[in-house]
Formats: sequence, C-alpha cells, structure tokens
Amino acid sequence: MNQVPLQVNDVVKSFGGGWSASSVLPWRRNGASHGRRVVDHVSFEVRRGEIFGVIGANGSGKSTLIRIISTLLLADEGGVRVFGYDTVREATPVRALINRVSADPSFFRNMSAMENLLFFGRVYGLTAGDVKRRTPVILERLGLEWPRALEPMSHLSRGQQQKVAVARSFLTSPVLMLLDEPTTGLDPRSKRDVQSFVRDVQQSHDATILLTTHDMDEAELLCDRIAFLSGGRIVAGGSPLELRQMVADGRPLDSINMETVFMELTGRRVEDDEEPAEEGEEALIHG
Amino acid sequence: MVSIAMPRAPGTAGVLWAFIERQTNLWKRYWAWELVWLVYGAVNTLAVTFIARQVDSSGAAASIDVDRLVLFLLIGTLVWAYLSAVLDDISLVVQWERWEGTIEHTLMAPVRRSVHLAGMCVFGVLHAVVRTMLIFAIALAFFEVDLGQADWLAAATVLFVGSFAVAGLAVLAGVLPLLYPERGQQMSMMIQAFVLLVSGVYYEVDVLPAWLHPFAVISPATYILDGIRGAIIDGEGVAGVWREIAALAVFGALLLPASMATFAVAERWAKRTGRLKRQG
Ligand SMILES: Nc1ncnc2c1ncn2[C@@H]1O[C@H](COP(=O)(O)OP(=O)(O)O)[C@@H](O)[C@H]1O
Ligand SMILES: [Mg+2]
Repeated sequence: MNQVPLQVNDVVKSFGGGWSASSVLPWRRNGASHGRRVVDHVSFEVRRGEIFGVIGANGSGKSTLIRIISTLLLADEGGVRVFGYDTVREATPVRALINRVSADPSFFRNMSAMENLLFFGRVYGLTAGDVKRRTPVILERLGLEWPRALEPMSHLSRGQQQKVAVARSFLTSPVLMLLDEPTTGLDPRSKRDVQSFVRDVQQSHDATILLTTHDMDEAELLCDRIAFLSGGRIVAGGSPLELRQMVADGRPLDSINMETVFMELTGRRVEDDEEPAEEGEEALIHG
Repeated sequence: MVSIAMPRAPGTAGVLWAFIERQTNLWKRYWAWELVWLVYGAVNTLAVTFIARQVDSSGAAASIDVDRLVLFLLIGTLVWAYLSAVLDDISLVVQWERWEGTIEHTLMAPVRRSVHLAGMCVFGVLHAVVRTMLIFAIALAFFEVDLGQADWLAAATVLFVGSFAVAGLAVLAGVLPLLYPERGQQMSMMIQAFVLLVSGVYYEVDVLPAWLHPFAVISPATYILDGIRGAIIDGEGVAGVWREIAALAVFGALLLPASMATFAVAERWAKRTGRLKRQG
C-alpha cells in the first residue's frame, strides 16, 4: 500500500452516450466515451493530511468526480488510486478506506439517526458498542443534542440531518474523506459547526480530506490547496496564496478576493450555473 | 509518519446482521403498513377460501370433496402470501433505497454484494414466515380443517428448499429498477403477477391453456405448491415429495448464483451510465 491518499489520473467521464456490452465486464476499467463530457482529463494528487479543495460552479463536474473516486461511477478513461488501490479493480479495499458526505444527507428517513448510524457503522466493521460509544461524542462536537439522535430523521432540520451525515462518515475513521459540498444549503450556524468540526478533525487526526464547494470563503477557510474546475477541466491549482499570485499583476495580494481570482482564471463566475439547460427548459427559465 | 493500516473489511456474519437488523428497524418504523399487509393477506385468504364453502352450499358439489377444496385453496393463498412477501421484500433491494436516497451510501460500503443480497434474502424469508404464520392462525379460526394427516416436516422442507429459488427470482426482479429507474419496479410487479397466473395457486395447472404449461413447468412456485399440497392434503412424507424438492434444489442452485451475477453486471452498467443517482 503506498502512502499517497489520492491520485486522480487523466480521468474522463461522459453521460448520455452509448455503451458497449464489454464495458460491464468486471476486469474492464474503462468504457466507451461518447455523449456529453462532464469530466475532461482531470489529474491531481492529494497529499497526506491536507484538505484539498475542488472549487467550481454548479454543473462543473465536482460530484461526478467525487462519485468516480467513491467507486459509484466508472470512468470512461483514466483511473483513480486511493493509497495505491485501484478504485475499479480493488474497489473493496478502497471502500474501506474512504467515506463520503454528499450535498443531500440521504438517510432512511423514518429510522432514527442512531438506527441509521448503527447500520452504516456495521457495514464498515464497527460493532454496536463502537457506534454507541463514538456517536454521542461526534454529535456533541457538531453541536447536535443527543436526544435528537433517537428521533426519526425526518423530524430533523436540514442542518441537523447534514450533521448526522458528517457524523456517519467520520464514525468509520476513513483515512480519505470526500466532502461534496457539505455545507451547501445549510443555515449559517450549522455551516460554522460543520466547518469547525472538519478543521478540528483534520488537525487532530490523521485524515486527508477532499472537499468540493462553490463557497469561496469556505475554501479559503479550510483548504490547504485548491483546484478550480470549470467545464469538467482543472483550469488552475495551488495554495490560495499561489492562486492570488497568478492573477496579481502588481496588485497587493490581500486586495484580491478569491471570487476575482476564480473569475480571472476561469472566465466565469462561481455563482453562475454551468448546467446546460435541457431543450425547452431554457424558455421556461428565461421566458 | 504513521503508516496506514491495511483496510479492514467487516466479517460476513456482521454484514448479514447489519442488513437484517436494519430491515427489522425499518419494519418497526413502518408497523402500520405491516398491519395493512397482514389484514390484506388475511382477508384475501378468507375471501378465496370461502369460495369452497359457496361450492358446498350451492349443492353443485355432490361429486366434489369440499373439505379437500377448502384445504387446497387455503394452502394456495397462504403459499402465495408467503411467496409474494418474499418477492416484495427482496425485489425492493434497490428501489427502496433509491426512494430513501441511501442507495449510494449502501453500495459504497466495503461489503461483498453477495453478502449484502444474502442479508436481504434472509430477512425477506424470516419476515414472510412470520406474516404467513399469523395469517394462517387467523384463517384457522374461520375454517374447520382436518390437518391430522399433514406431514409438516415434508411441507417445511419443500418451503425451505423452495425459498432459495424464490429468493433468486426476487433478486432478479430487484435488478430491474437498477436498469430502468423509472419503470423497473412496475416490471418486477408484472413478473410477480405472471408467476401467480402460471403456478397453480388457486387451481391445478392442468386447467391452463396448453401454451401456458411450459411456464408452469419453469416456475419454482408450481413445485412449492405441489409439494406442500402433497404433504398437507395427502400426507406425503419427504420421500413422497422428493421430486418437488429435487426440482426446487436445482432451481435454487441455478437461480441464486445467476441472480447475483446479474446484479453485479447491472450494478456495473448503472455505474457506467450514471443510473444510480444523479442529484446531490
Ligand atoms: N448520472 C448522470 N447522468 C447524466 N448526467 C449527469 C449525471 N450526473 C451529472 N450529470 C451532468 O453532469 C454535469 C456535472 O454534474 P455534477 O458533477 O453533478 O456537477 P457539480 O457537482 O459540480 O454541480 C451536469 O451537467 C449534470 O447534469
Ligand atoms: Mg454537486
């Protein structure tokens, strides 16, 4: 097992194209690449212990990239290694090393947080005792009162559900954590709770984190290095300081905010969706 | 720098239990639905079995053994209650989690898919046994049936061996929503309806038109019904229903692995084409 938490190597993914029968054979890592390309020759490496940010507008391909790393999508070209394990051919060891928080919390909604965590802990090899011991500690650090963990998930607010989602993924002590817009749509208070928890964990544990967001303040607050994703391609990358230097052109660095950096390097605003409107939909939105 | 430990994958028993426990918790949270299905199943069993009483009182039954007919229909409805419970439960393996939104989190857990599916099958079978026993108990209060001759060991053996084949069918049906997110669940219900038609649940399969006979032959449910009726109505022992047991064993040995392999292929296809989930 090598020590590089994540190597993304020239990954390409398209949707809506055809597929060949042989592309579902278990030993085939890659498959046909037609249709609309949403991840376009992406490569990067994440180092041990860092928080690596992927910043891009809605529709730029962030979640698709995260899903490929999480073994939930198969890339058309290229490959991903987690601590040296190939995400296609060695999916099971990869899965044991990672966990993921997605933008939508996704729980069994009539089960309590505790019942959900019991299940999602057990499938990672935790015992009921482990789950019951660790959960209250994590939830408390996230600012969720314990009794709420015994109510059905559907009684919890969006922010509270997202805190449980964060707890679910840290519960299994993953060595590589994938956080896909963990704070999008949260109230300011929950957002701060989640952000400071992520900071804490990264500093106190040996966790490596890949974080996607379109919130520049969050990126600056949390990330050691950042990559800008636009149209499925990585347009620029580096520490926040390095990114500023790229566009500074003589200006004092602290006078440049990250939104400006993003705009100058990608040619778009991070708030603007990249989502191509479906046929007919455009008229609906703009008409 | 501390080096990363080899990832530890959870043991088979632990994973099986994770799914059984989860389904039990779900079932507790949805107890009102459980009650609905129980009432529905009991009423259906009573309604169909009353047909035999009607035959009796209409006088048309001079040449028919009505007690035998009562038992025939009772077993048919109970076995069907059992089979449809197993099929319903297991075939929701993908669709239910898609509806809850948990499908990706479950599929990215470090568990072998065969163990995941096996856990769902074990729960489905246990759940169906409990529900069917309750319906049986309710039905016994309405009909006086003579069960003195019944060979329960043979009946249980048929049901046990047959459950593997039915679980295989159910997993196959459960694959459809993976392939067709929109229509898959409807398709799997159609399959279930067809099994009901061809397997001789309420009649002997001989009454079917000839072109349907081949389907009766390849439906495992036909052998389960034959075997259990033989054991309970005619009091045949395990040796007397060995043909049915052997046929079911063959079906199980083929269907269960085939269905798991199919699931694996469908899962890869869904991951290729982005059918698992799109939002979030
Ligand atoms: N499963 C899928 N099937 C088809 N198109 C998809 C799928 N997932 C994402 N897309 C499309 O790919 C593009 C990138 O989506 P996504 O990776 O979710 O972007 P982001 O997370 O950056 O908002 C979008 O246009 C989206 O509609
Ligand atoms: Mg996204």
